[in-house]
Order: sequence, then structure tokens, then C-alpha cells
Amino acid sequence: MSQPDFSHDGIRTARGTAFRYLFMLCALLSILTTVAIVATLLIDAIDFFATVSPVEFLTGTRWSPTNDPVAFGVLPLISGTLIITLGSALVALPIGLLTAIYLSEYASERRRAYLKPALEVLAGVPTVVYGYFALVYVTPALDTILPLSTFNALSASIMVGIMIIPMVSSISEDAMSAVPDSLRQASYGLGATKFTVSTSVVVPAALSGIISSFILALSRAIGETMIVAIAAGQTPRMVDLTDPAGMFLDSIQPMTSAMVQIGTGDIVGQGAAYKSLFAVGLTLFVITFVMNLVSELVASRYREVYR
Amino acid sequence: MSRDTTAPLPTGLGRRDFLAAASVALSGGMAGCAGVFAEEGNQVNIAGSSTVFPVTEAIASAFSEKNPTVNLSLSKTGTGGGFGNFFCAGRTDINNASRAIADAETEQCGENGITPIEFQVATDALTVVVNPEADWVDCLTVDELRDIWRAGGAERWSDIDEDWPDEEFELYGAATTSGTFDYFNEAIIGEEENHRSDYHATERDRTIVQGVQGSEYAMGYFGFSYYSENPDSIKALSIDDDGACVEPSIETAMSGEYTPLSRPLFIYVAKESLADPAVRDFARFYMERAATDLVSEVGYVPITEDQRDENLAKLDEAIAEVTE
Amino acid sequence: MAADTQEASVDSGFGQISRTKDVAFRLLALAATLIGIVSLAALLLNVAVDAVGWLDWGFLTNPPHPNPNNAGFLPAIVGSIAIMIMIALVTFPLGVGAAIYLEEYASDGYLTRFIQLNIANLAGVPSVVYGLLGLGLFVGLFNIGYGSVLAAAFTVSLLILPIVIISAQEAIRSVPDSQRQASYGMGATKWQTIRNVVLPRAMPGIMTGTILALGRAIGETAPLIMIAAPTTVFGVPNSLLSKVSAMPLQIYNWASYPQTEFQYGVVAAGVVTLLVILLTINSVAIIIRNRYQQRT
Repeated sequence: MSQPDFSHDGIRTARGTAFRYLFMLCALLSILTTVAIVATLLIDAIDFFATVSPVEFLTGTRWSPTNDPVAFGVLPLISGTLIITLGSALVALPIGLLTAIYLSEYASERRRAYLKPALEVLAGVPTVVYGYFALVYVTPALDTILPLSTFNALSASIMVGIMIIPMVSSISEDAMSAVPDSLRQASYGLGATKFTVSTSVVVPAALSGIISSFILALSRAIGETMIVAIAAGQTPRMVDLTDPAGMFLDSIQPMTSAMVQIGTGDIVGQGAAYKSLFAVGLTLFVITFVMNLVSELVASRYREVYR
Repeated sequence: MSRDTTAPLPTGLGRRDFLAAASVALSGGMAGCAGVFAEEGNQVNIAGSSTVFPVTEAIASAFSEKNPTVNLSLSKTGTGGGFGNFFCAGRTDINNASRAIADAETEQCGENGITPIEFQVATDALTVVVNPEADWVDCLTVDELRDIWRAGGAERWSDIDEDWPDEEFELYGAATTSGTFDYFNEAIIGEEENHRSDYHATERDRTIVQGVQGSEYAMGYFGFSYYSENPDSIKALSIDDDGACVEPSIETAMSGEYTPLSRPLFIYVAKESLADPAVRDFARFYMERAATDLVSEVGYVPITEDQRDENLAKLDEAIAEVTE
Repeated sequence: MAADTQEASVDSGFGQISRTKDVAFRLLALAATLIGIVSLAALLLNVAVDAVGWLDWGFLTNPPHPNPNNAGFLPAIVGSIAIMIMIALVTFPLGVGAAIYLEEYASDGYLTRFIQLNIANLAGVPSVVYGLLGLGLFVGLFNIGYGSVLAAAFTVSLLILPIVIISAQEAIRSVPDSQRQASYGMGATKWQTIRNVVLPRAMPGIMTGTILALGRAIGETAPLIMIAAPTTVFGVPNSLLSKVSAMPLQIYNWASYPQTEFQYGVVAAGVVTLLVILLTINSVAIIIRNRYQQRT
């Protein structure tokens, strides 16, 4: 917006000003939305923390909002979320990164033209459909080779992983495309192969963009709701550190899935069990908000470096 | 309206008021674009028990084919959730219930000016199911069932009978807010013991079917309809109440042999809602169809024609009162 | 990896090995690119095969029913479309307005950067959290009814608004500055310039972005669950305060029905219907984009 402004708002102001403020109101709506989200979550979360201490909530290792004896420890839910995030990261990060390298360094213009939209489709499929796929196709297929529960973290995290591949690949690819060609040419000049150039020059140079894409994708995995609500089960459990792989074979419950369970009317009245919905929601919001912010800050670094 | 009598769904009153100021622009912008707020009409709202859900769904579907302009909504919330959050808060016209309304709920309804009228619409047989591979067990006594499902009771199959596998139970049951839970708790566990809490609790009967299908050592319980739809993939246990094993079936439930796990299912209609012609028509349609095959097709025992006539008389009386 | 470079340049034998590695890596990267697409294609094939025999005229025109053979999708389809139209009416003016402000009016100051960062962040807030917002704000504060058309539309509107704003901004930014200056040169005011020059040029891009965002909206389930949208609806919405069901919500609920005919039949038919409608919406967006690209 630094170009000289030759507009004549000064002459015919009334309508121009009116529109200016109308549009500004629209833009400010986004800030209002954020304020409303925080307020909605806080009001009921504060109510909740009046009955259950934040320490108990954040350090408790048992989540049982309705069954006696009730307990509101969020750690089992965070454990569940971590399992899903870890599983989907194992799927999406390497695949997404390799995809980005292929698209940016290897693929011809024509091939890129149909591969990119095809990849975007992965992110466009409604999550309820992925959840259904996980439950009725992926789980039975994997069950033939693994001792899987009907509801398990494995199929759910694979599906979440596939869903977030395009997030990793498109943002990473943007960062790689922004790496100046001179760096590549210099490397080829030294006799490097394309493999070396990709892994030793382009990836390090685009690292902040890649990391930003990783964080953003994982934040999306953490907030993913329907896939886990349908396929991952409703058993809040702490991570068993002696057998972390076993966690994947069994039913778990991430934060989002617990929210759906409370939200679907299993709970009567305005008690702590209902308010816990907002406390969990607040926790989820804070985690994803911080991750998105960090991702944005990391990303803005690479933009500045190569602009 | 005190906070206790209202639903989890927040009401528009009270402490959120300060949010209002911040939100005026938000709503203003949206309402402006939203066009005209139409009158609510031709609308019947139903919530409540997931056990009664299939009956109401079948009847609503038949009703909808004849009355396509009526918007009829049906939510699965559990009996208690339906009364507490929707029906007695004045949000729904009808509540599906797998048990009779509780005193506290009647009171809550009364405070909000809602008069619930009870109609029995079917009979259900709670069914205890295991995996078909579990060939060691066909029948359990009420005492054995209690031992499996009470807190601090048996943990492994071998705890019940030494000849049975030395494996832990994998238990699937109803969530605590559901009428199914209340009923099982009352009929099997009794007042002296507590229902255990370390089982897979769910409102979704499908989850129980899937869970039991998935493990040889699993056990679950739910309404008979869910079993009757999956007779091959899971196995129903006979129940021994007083010396003889009785298998769950429409016949044994109707004859009263299948004790203590057969129970009546209800719908509750808000008398005040009967002033609305759509609710009135639907309620009458429901009562007429509850005595037909529509009910047995979804796996429940229909009411007798005498019961139907009684229901219709009760309904007409209530309608006469509100439409005077 | 730096060692590879040296080896390659020092000794041709190692260079040979590197080239093998190069080919292997290229294939690995290609495989990674394809694996997601191929998996999804396999799943779609599965669901399409399962839907055969279930997806028929009766399914599209009947109300739901506990018997899988009679179960229909009509109220969910109509509900989804009703919600989508409302969302379009809400998000289009608001999104375009915000984008015009940010691109044409706002100075590059602290407030603008803050708004911009905030919009980017809102786009990353989990949809289930928007559901809680809708529950608190529209169902609670404004009391427009649990699970009503309005409550559902407003909630999902807030969810996709950031996406609409960002894509509208990109469209407006792509209008060459020379055209604005030419308009000013002829004595037009800022508003006249926006209305007569910027918006007409940016409109195809804005439309494309908005329609794609509507595609996202039509697949959302979690926010509808949180505002207590009913499990099943019969009949069609007859007012903005009618309770509403939507395709993804009905799919979610059917997926919990016990009969395998639902799991591998009715739900599959629902999934295919949803995906076909989604595909149609996105095709419209792509057609608009392609026409626009040809003209410029």
C-alpha cells in the first residue's frame, strides 16, 4: 500500500467514508470472533474450575466425567491426542516432505499440474467420510495382520495422516520453490546430483517453511474430531510408556472425541461434567492457537530471508 | 429459571449478557444478511432414549410420508438427558423414555410449566450378549450377572466358574445417563451394590455390538432390538431368575417369563404442546401405530389393542383440555 | 550428505553410486506423492462398490427409516443445501467486505497486521471449538434454537469466513495496480474504483474461493454436533428456525446403526451422495476459474 494514492475521497466523502467503515467492520468481525471464542470458552471453563481445581484438571490421570467416582484429569485425553498426533505425524511428515521435494525438484510442469489438485482432494474429503473409511475398511483390513480392537488409534491416525499430507506438501513446496535457483546451480556446478541438491541444499534452505508446515499440520491433527470420534473409540487412557506401540492397537479417547461424547447429550444439567466440555475445549484451543502462532512466526522468517 | 432446572444448552439469560455488547456487530452483520426470521411452525421436536429411538424413527418415517410438510426432528440423548436438557426445559414436545419419569424430572417440568403425559408404546427385553466364539456360556443366573457387573466383583471368566477361561472380561454397557443403564442397574445390581465403572460406556448400541463382535471374552448388554438385528454376529445369553434359563425373545417378553430384564418403553408428550396441530396429529398417529407390526419389525413387543385404546382415550382427553 | 557431493566430484565411481541413489530417491519421492492419492482412490472404489444397489431414487427422495431398505437421505440433502445457501448469504458479503478493507483501505500498520495474523489463526482453530462458540453464542446468547437452520448456518459461517477472506484478498491483490491508477486518473473516487474496476476484475477469483469454502462447509460435522443438531430429521425445513439435519451428520448417525446393511450399504450410499454433491460444487468453482484464466 505504499504507492501514491490518487483517489479523491476528499471531494466526495460521505459515501466513501461510509463504505470504508462498513468494510472495516467486516474486517473487525474476525477479531470479534476470536474474542467471542475466548469469552465463550472462558465463561464456562471458569465455572468449571470453581468446582475442579486447574491443578487437578491438568495433572489428573483419570477422566471419568459421569461415572462414579467422577474424575476430571485431562491427561488421559491429552495422551489420546498425542497418540493420534504421533501416528499421523509418522504418516504425513515423511510422505508430505518427499511429496514436496518431488513436486518442487523433480516433477515436470505438466505432471505438477495434475498432481497438485489431486493431492488437494485429500484435504477436501469431509472428515466424517475418513472416519467411516477408517472404521469399515481400514480397521478390518489391518485386523487380518494385527490384533486390533474394533476401535483403535491406528486406523484413525493413518486416516488423519493421509488427510494432512497436502498441508505438509503444499506449504513445504512453496518454501522450496522460494529457494533461489542460484543456490541449486552453484551446487550442480560442484558436480552434485539432484538427490544431493534436494536433500543438502533445498531442504536446509527451506527448513523454516518446512517446519512451519509440520507444526500447522500437527495442529490440524490435534483438532481433528470426526475421524477419531468414529474410529478411535471412547476409552480415555494414559499412555503406557512400557508399551507405546500397544496404544495404537487399542481404543483410546482424544480430547476432541471426549468433547463430542459430552456434547451428544450424555450429560444432564449444568454440572461440572457439562462444564468440563468447555475446559477441554479451552485446552484444545490454547494448544492449537499457540501452534498456529508459532507456525506463522517460523513461516514469516523464510519469507523475509528470500524475498 | 434457576440454573439447575435448565439444560446444558445454555439459555439466553444471565451471565453472558456482557458478551452481548461485543456481539452486537456480529449478530447485526449476520442477521442483516440472513433475511427474514420466519415463524416457527409445523414443527415437532423429539429427544430422549436411544432404545426407543428406532420405534419413534419408524413411526415418524411413516408419518412423514403422509405429512411431508411437517418438520419432525428426533435426537438421541438418553432418557435422562432428554428430560433434563430438552423436554422439561421446554425445548421438545415429546421425550422417548426407556423408564418412567423420575420425581425430580417431574418437578423440573412443573417449574417450567410443562405437564408430561405418559404413554407406554412397546415392551423391550434387555439382552445380555457375548461373542459367538464364547462356547462355554449359554445361560447366567442373576447372581452371576451381578457379580460380573458390580464394582469390586469378578474380573475374569474363571472367577465365575473354574472351568471357564482364565481371561479378563471386556465389558460393554450403556452410559450412565441412559435408561438402559438405570434399568440394568436396578434389575441386576440392586441398591446394595454399585455398577462397576471400568467398562466401555456408550450411548451408541452399535459400539457395544462392534465391541462384543471383536473379542472372544467380551460381554455387553442392550435393548433386544439391537440383538434381533444381529443374531448371527453376537450371542444372546439366557437368564436364570428362579431356577430355569429363559432366552430373550419377543414371545418370552410378552408372556412375562423373561424376568427380570423385560421392561416397558414410553413416550412422554408435553400436554401444552398438544395445542399445536402438528404435535397433536403425530401423537395420535403414534398411538395408533404402536399396536402394529411397525414395532415388532424394529425388534420390540407391540402394545395390545386394549392398551392402544387406553392411550388414545388419554390423548383425546388431554387434547380436549388444551384446545378448549 | 555433504560427503556425497565431495565423493561425486572426486571420483566417478562414487558418482555412479550417487546416481543410483538419485534414481532410487526420485522413485521414492514419486511413490510418496502417489501413496495418499492411491489409498484414497482405493477407498473411494470400495465405497462406490458398496453403494451399488443402495443409491437409488428411493434413497434420494425418502425420509430416514430404521429399516435399511426404506432408509432415505432427503431431509439431510435438503438440510445441507439450506444451510449452504444461508452460509453463502452470510459469508460472501462479510468476507468480501473484510478483504476490500484489508487490501484497499487499510494502511500497513499495527492493526492491519494484527487483523491479518488473527484471520490466519482463526483459519486454524479446530471446527469443534467453533461448535462450542455456536453453542454459547447462537444457541445460548441469541437463543435461536438448538440445531436450527440459522444456528447451524451462522456457526459454520464463522468457521469458513477466514478462508473466504483470505481467498478474496488474493483475488483482489491480483488486480493490477495500473488499473486502479487509471481509474483514479479519470477522476473516480476510491469507492467508484473498487466498484467499477477492482471488484469486477476480482470477482471470478472471489467466487472460486467462496465456492471452494462452501465445499468445506458442506462437509463439516463437528460444529453441528456441538450445537445439538438432531440425530435425524423428517420432512424439510419449513422455516429458518426449523431443526435441521445435514448429510455428514446423517452419515455419522447411520454409521452407529447396528445392521451391516447400514454400515456397508446405506452409509456408503450417503457417502457417495455427499461426495458427488461436493464434487459438483468444486467443479463449478474450477469452471469459473478456468474461464477467467482464459480471458486474461
